[in-house]
Amino acid sequence: MAVVKLQRPKLNFGEKIYFGALIKGFLLTMTHAIKSLRGKSMGAKALESSGLGVTMQFPEQRWDSHLPDYYRGAPALVTDEQGRERCVSCQLCEFICPPKAIRIVPGEIPPGDPWAKVEKRPREFEIDMIRCIYCGMCEEVCPEQAIYLRKDYLITGLKRAEMVHDKKKLYEIGGVRTGLVNKWNELK
Amino acid sequence: MPELLIQIAIILVKIVALTFIVVLPLVPISVYFERRFSAIIQDRVGPNRVGIPLSLLGFKKDFHFFGLIQPIADGLKLFLKEDFTPVHVRKAFYWLAPALTLVPALITVCVVPFGSPVTLFGHTEKLVIADIDIGPLFVFAVSSLSVYGITLAGWSSNSKFPFIGGVRSTAQMISYEISLGLSIIPVLLYFGELNLGKIVQFQADHGWLLLPLWKNGSLGLPDLQTALFWIPAAIAFVIFTISIFAETNRMPFDLPECETELVGGYHTEYSSMKFALFFMGEYAAMVIGSALIVTLFLGGWSIGFGLDKHITGFHIGGFHPGGLIHLGVFVAKLVAFILFFILVRWTVPRFRYDQLMKLGWVVFFEAALINVFLAALIIAAPQLTAAILGIGTVLLLAVTAAVIRVAKVSEEHPKPLRA
Repeated sequence: MAVVKLQRPKLNFGEKIYFGALIKGFLLTMTHAIKSLRGKSMGAKALESSGLGVTMQFPEQRWDSHLPDYYRGAPALVTDEQGRERCVSCQLCEFICPPKAIRIVPGEIPPGDPWAKVEKRPREFEIDMIRCIYCGMCEEVCPEQAIYLRKDYLITGLKRAEMVHDKKKLYEIGGVRTGLVNKWNELK
Repeated sequence: MPELLIQIAIILVKIVALTFIVVLPLVPISVYFERRFSAIIQDRVGPNRVGIPLSLLGFKKDFHFFGLIQPIADGLKLFLKEDFTPVHVRKAFYWLAPALTLVPALITVCVVPFGSPVTLFGHTEKLVIADIDIGPLFVFAVSSLSVYGITLAGWSSNSKFPFIGGVRSTAQMISYEISLGLSIIPVLLYFGELNLGKIVQFQADHGWLLLPLWKNGSLGLPDLQTALFWIPAAIAFVIFTISIFAETNRMPFDLPECETELVGGYHTEYSSMKFALFFMGEYAAMVIGSALIVTLFLGGWSIGFGLDKHITGFHIGGFHPGGLIHLGVFVAKLVAFILFFILVRWTVPRFRYDQLMKLGWVVFFEAALINVFLAALIIAAPQLTAAILGIGTVLLLAVTAAVIRVAKVSEEHPKPLRA
C-alpha cells in the first residue's frame, strides 16, 4: 500500500488566534438554542416535535399514525371471518422462534364441532413477551396465516407472569383477519 | 458578654444563610441548568418531568415545574447507590480525597461580598462572612488546595487511568495558577485594594471594570485614563476567565476526567456519594469562580448605571433592605455567568494536552506578564513626564515583539534528518 503523506492545513493568523472560530461556535450553539426554544429546529415539523427541540414527548404524543405498514410489533393470533381460530397448532412457529418465546400445547377438536375436520387447534398458546425479539419469523413460517405481528408496542407488566401473553390475550390483540386462506371454508 | 454572643450569632447566621441558602443550592441548580441548557442546544428537551407526584396523593395533576426537582432525585439516587471501595486502593487517602475537593471550594465562599450592607435596628451588617483585606489572595490560596483532592484521588485509586488524570490535573493547575494570579494584578493595581467588598463598592461608584460608563452616581463617559485602562482590563478578564475554566476542570480543559482517553479520569474508582462529592466540588468551584469573576470584573452586587445609591438609600423605617436587593442582583449575575460556563462547555471541543500546556505557559503567562506592565504604565501615566512615558511605551512594545518572536520560534518543529 502506498504511503500517503498528509499535509496539515496551513493556518493563517486569524485561524491561529482561535477567537474567530470560538465566536462562530457560540453563534452556532446559540442559534440552535434559540431555534429549539421556538420549536423551529431543523426537522422539528417532520418529526412532529413537542415545540422544544425536535423531540416528541412520549406519553402525551405518539408516533402511532406514522408507523410504517411493515412495522413489527407484538405477535398475535387471528381468527377468520367465521370466527374460527386459524391456528391449527402445527407448531412450526414454536420450532422456528429464535429465542424460544412461543409455547404451544396442541389440542384435538372434538368430533361434534362444526370445524371438526380441521382436527387440531391449540389448547394453550403462550408467547413470552420478555423473550420475543419481534423478528417476525413466526408470521413468515405460518402456513395458515394465523399469526401476525401487529403494531402494538407498549407491552408492559409488573410481573414476569404478566408479560406472558396467553391464548385469550393473543386473540384479543389479533382480532379478526379476513381473506387469504379459505381452504377450510366450505362456503367458498 | 451578651454583645459577644450576639456577634457570634450573627456570624453563624451569615455562614448558614450565605453558604447553605445561597451558594449550595446553586450547585444542584447549575447541574439542572447544565442538563437543560445542553439539551436545548442539542435540540432535545432535557429533564422536564421530575416533579412532585401530587397524583399519588389523590390530586388531579402532577406538579412538574420544568423538572426542577430533578437534582433532588439525582442526589437521592447517589445516596442510595452502593458505596463501593475497591480492595486495591489506599484507603485513608481514598476516603479523604472527595472531601478535599469540595471543602476548599466552599471555604472560599467566605470572602465573597454578596450584597451591600443591610441595616436593621440601627445595626449595620455587611453581607460577607469574613470581611478580610486579602480577599483574592485568600481565594487563590484556598482554592488551589482542591488540586490535592484530585491528585490524591488519582494516586490513591491505585489504578493507571485515575493516576494519569490526577497527574494531568496537577500539571494543569500549576500552569494556570500562574496566569490566574498574574492576570488580576492589573485589576488590583487599578483598585489599589485587596478587600473584595471595597472593590465592589468602588465599582458601584465609579463604574464596573469592564463597563466604566458612570461616575459618582451619574452616567457619563470615562476619562482618558479609565478608558485606556479598559484594554488591560479586558485582556485580564479574558485570561482570568479562561484560567478559571482550567482551574475548575471544566470543558474545554477537563483533561483530568477526559472520558475518551482516561475512562472517567481521577474519579473512575469512586461511586455513590464519594463520586457525588467530586461532582459537587466541580460545580461548587464553578460557582465560586463565577462569583470571583463577577466580583472583580462585572461589578459584583452592583446593579450599575448609578442606581446603586438609590437602592442603598431605600429604607422602610430603620430597615435598609438594599443589601438584599443587591444579593438578588449578584445571584442573577452569577447564574448568567454559570450559563456562560455551560455554553462554553457545549461549544468548545476539548484541547489536546500539549495545546493546553502551550496555551498556559507560552501564551497566557507572557500575555499576563506584559499586561501587568501595560496596566502599570497607564496607571502611572499622569505622574510621568512625556519622555519617560515614551521610553516606557517603546520598551513595552519591544518586549512584546520579542516575546511574540520567541513564541513563534519555539513553535517551529525541528526538521527531521531524512524526509
